[in-house]
Amino acid sequence: MKLKTLVAAMAIGFAAAASAQNTGPVKIGFITDMSSVYADIDGPAGGEMIKWAAQDFGGKVLNRPIEVLTADHQNKADVASSKAREWIDKDGLSMLIGGTNSGTALAMAKVAEEKKRPFMVIGAGSARLTNEACSPYTVHYAYDTVSLAKVAGTALVKAGAKNWFFLTADYAFGYSLEGDASTVVKANGGTVVGAVRHPLNASDFSSFLLQAQSSKAQILGLANAGGDFTNAMKAAKEFGVNKTMKIAGLLVFINDVHSLGLANTEGLQLADSWYWNQDDASRKFAKRFFDKYKRMPSSLQAADYSVAMNYLKAVQTAGTTDADKVMSTLKGMKIDDFYNKGQIRADGRMIHDMTLFQVKSAKESTTPWDYYKVVAKIPGEQAFTTVAESKCALNKK
Amino acid sequence: MEIFGIPHQAFLGQLMLGLVNGAFYAMLSLGLAVIFGLLGIVNFAHGALYMLGAFAAWIMLDKFGINYWYALVLAPLTVGALGVLIERLFLKHLYKIDPIYGLLLTLGLALIAEGIFRELYGVSGQNYNVPELLSGATNLGFMVLPNYRAWVVLVSLAVCLGTWYLIERTRLGAYLRAGTENAALVQAFGINVPLMVMLTYGAGAALAALAGVLAAPIIQVNPLMGSNLIIVVFAVVVIGGMGSIMGSILTGLGLGVIEGLTRVFYPEASSIVVFIIMVIVLMIRPAGLFGKEA
Repeated sequence: MKLKTLVAAMAIGFAAAASAQNTGPVKIGFITDMSSVYADIDGPAGGEMIKWAAQDFGGKVLNRPIEVLTADHQNKADVASSKAREWIDKDGLSMLIGGTNSGTALAMAKVAEEKKRPFMVIGAGSARLTNEACSPYTVHYAYDTVSLAKVAGTALVKAGAKNWFFLTADYAFGYSLEGDASTVVKANGGTVVGAVRHPLNASDFSSFLLQAQSSKAQILGLANAGGDFTNAMKAAKEFGVNKTMKIAGLLVFINDVHSLGLANTEGLQLADSWYWNQDDASRKFAKRFFDKYKRMPSSLQAADYSVAMNYLKAVQTAGTTDADKVMSTLKGMKIDDFYNKGQIRADGRMIHDMTLFQVKSAKESTTPWDYYKVVAKIPGEQAFTTVAESKCALNKK
Repeated sequence: MEIFGIPHQAFLGQLMLGLVNGAFYAMLSLGLAVIFGLLGIVNFAHGALYMLGAFAAWIMLDKFGINYWYALVLAPLTVGALGVLIERLFLKHLYKIDPIYGLLLTLGLALIAEGIFRELYGVSGQNYNVPELLSGATNLGFMVLPNYRAWVVLVSLAVCLGTWYLIERTRLGAYLRAGTENAALVQAFGINVPLMVMLTYGAGAALAALAGVLAAPIIQVNPLMGSNLIIVVFAVVVIGGMGSIMGSILTGLGLGVIEGLTRVFYPEASSIVVFIIMVIVLMIRPAGLFGKEA
């Protein structure tokens, strides 16, 4: 009798908890670098984009209010994963968006897989996220290191840059980018002469650049990002490295170009998934962003908006926030908005076109933030890891 | 010829670059040592003052068209005046209590300054060009050294030695040192000790700002540039011996060189080598290499 009462009580308890899950707000979490090296390319403005998407969707999905939580991971993987765990366990988070820094994204992907929550990666680049470390709950939405290497690397090697030396940020993202770029260089008949790895957030690059210069390579591949990229470019110019070697920035955001100025970046080729001035819909989004922040959005901030919007659409279509059902809806639907057109593959990789841009000269640039011209549009099937190359089990059905 | 497996030309080049970075460490740790030695304040705002110096130079150029050479004087004066204000408003109340309060206060001020500039200018950094006169590079035989870096080393050495001379060898320096030993007695001799202490903090702040102006053309002017550096500089001061002026100059230069060489032999460790040395020094000589054992 007692046992029966207990079971009944528990059943009621569970039912109550379950219904609370279905009536409370739908919570979307966003964990990124809010205050350090990567805060401009994503950061607080990225979080605001997710809120915009929630508002534009109507503020409600499945008749439940949408709530956006944000947190700063300070570029620490343990901070990121414990915050993700806390939100999922205590706040009943429905979906998590991971911002910049691959180390943190790889850590959060593990938590999301264990707890079965959709995990959308925007700012982090490591292609491991949908390859060796793939998970049924991870979506890699914007760019990745393979696409940067394939799009920017291939173009440079084909243009005759055969000998490469890498200056690499010493963490997950740098390794992935250097590795993927090396593969592309070798596949196109080039060679990699050497590499030097610098700590994240290194302020002085002169010593590393001197090592690069003495390698006698033709191309210096910068496998780093944000402040590390801008300081390396600046020192390269100061030491005249840009006269003896061609410099390839493998991950360059528009904020970096703006910060360095066209005089320091003219002619630089770079791969990106989106540019504010690419079409009318993008310009409209960019104007709204500019009115608030007095700068143009990066591709990551555009992707933050897009991924949140498409997730909400998937929840609406699936009629539930259940992770498995939402994931299968997401992977089944076509993504088509101002950010990009594409489809999410079984391994979670969103396959969309990437663009090879070239930085304009000061003469060519006619309006503020008019920085890029399009060199080539690379179809998604060529830009990302192919199913044949993939080591992810989800692709092998 | 090779040294430790790398060509000696490259080795000399790396030594030179280490010296350039060491020059910054020396200037910053010197300011810290002066402030600690004379005020007993562990000035955690030093990195922020360095950042403010760089931003002051950038704002002067960007908004008012004041060039590098004027900024070299005006930015330290501005930040020095701010230092005086900080001393008058906050620090002077803290001399008689536990040093931890001074540390917390200056850390708080640093975070506020950093936060304000991050809010205003973001973290991408602002570009400051090398002044025309110092652009270009000189071939030293073993490396091509940008003229600007050579300038940095010269200015830094001149400033460091000048400060050392002022404090250790002049009458004013003697008053300062006496003031820290026994303020009441020095005051009794008719010397205005509070004024002296106030100006000392202002001078320390100006030194940090000068380092900031010198750094502006080399790295992107960024609200985080101070906090990236300050921890290393504190390690330099601890290794050199808290409050020892010559110690902080020599240790700054030496550690710059050691860090530079680490960038060649084991680049991954270059950001922690200073701290490894700090641990070893603290174990063997807790008062630091040049500090007096208590």
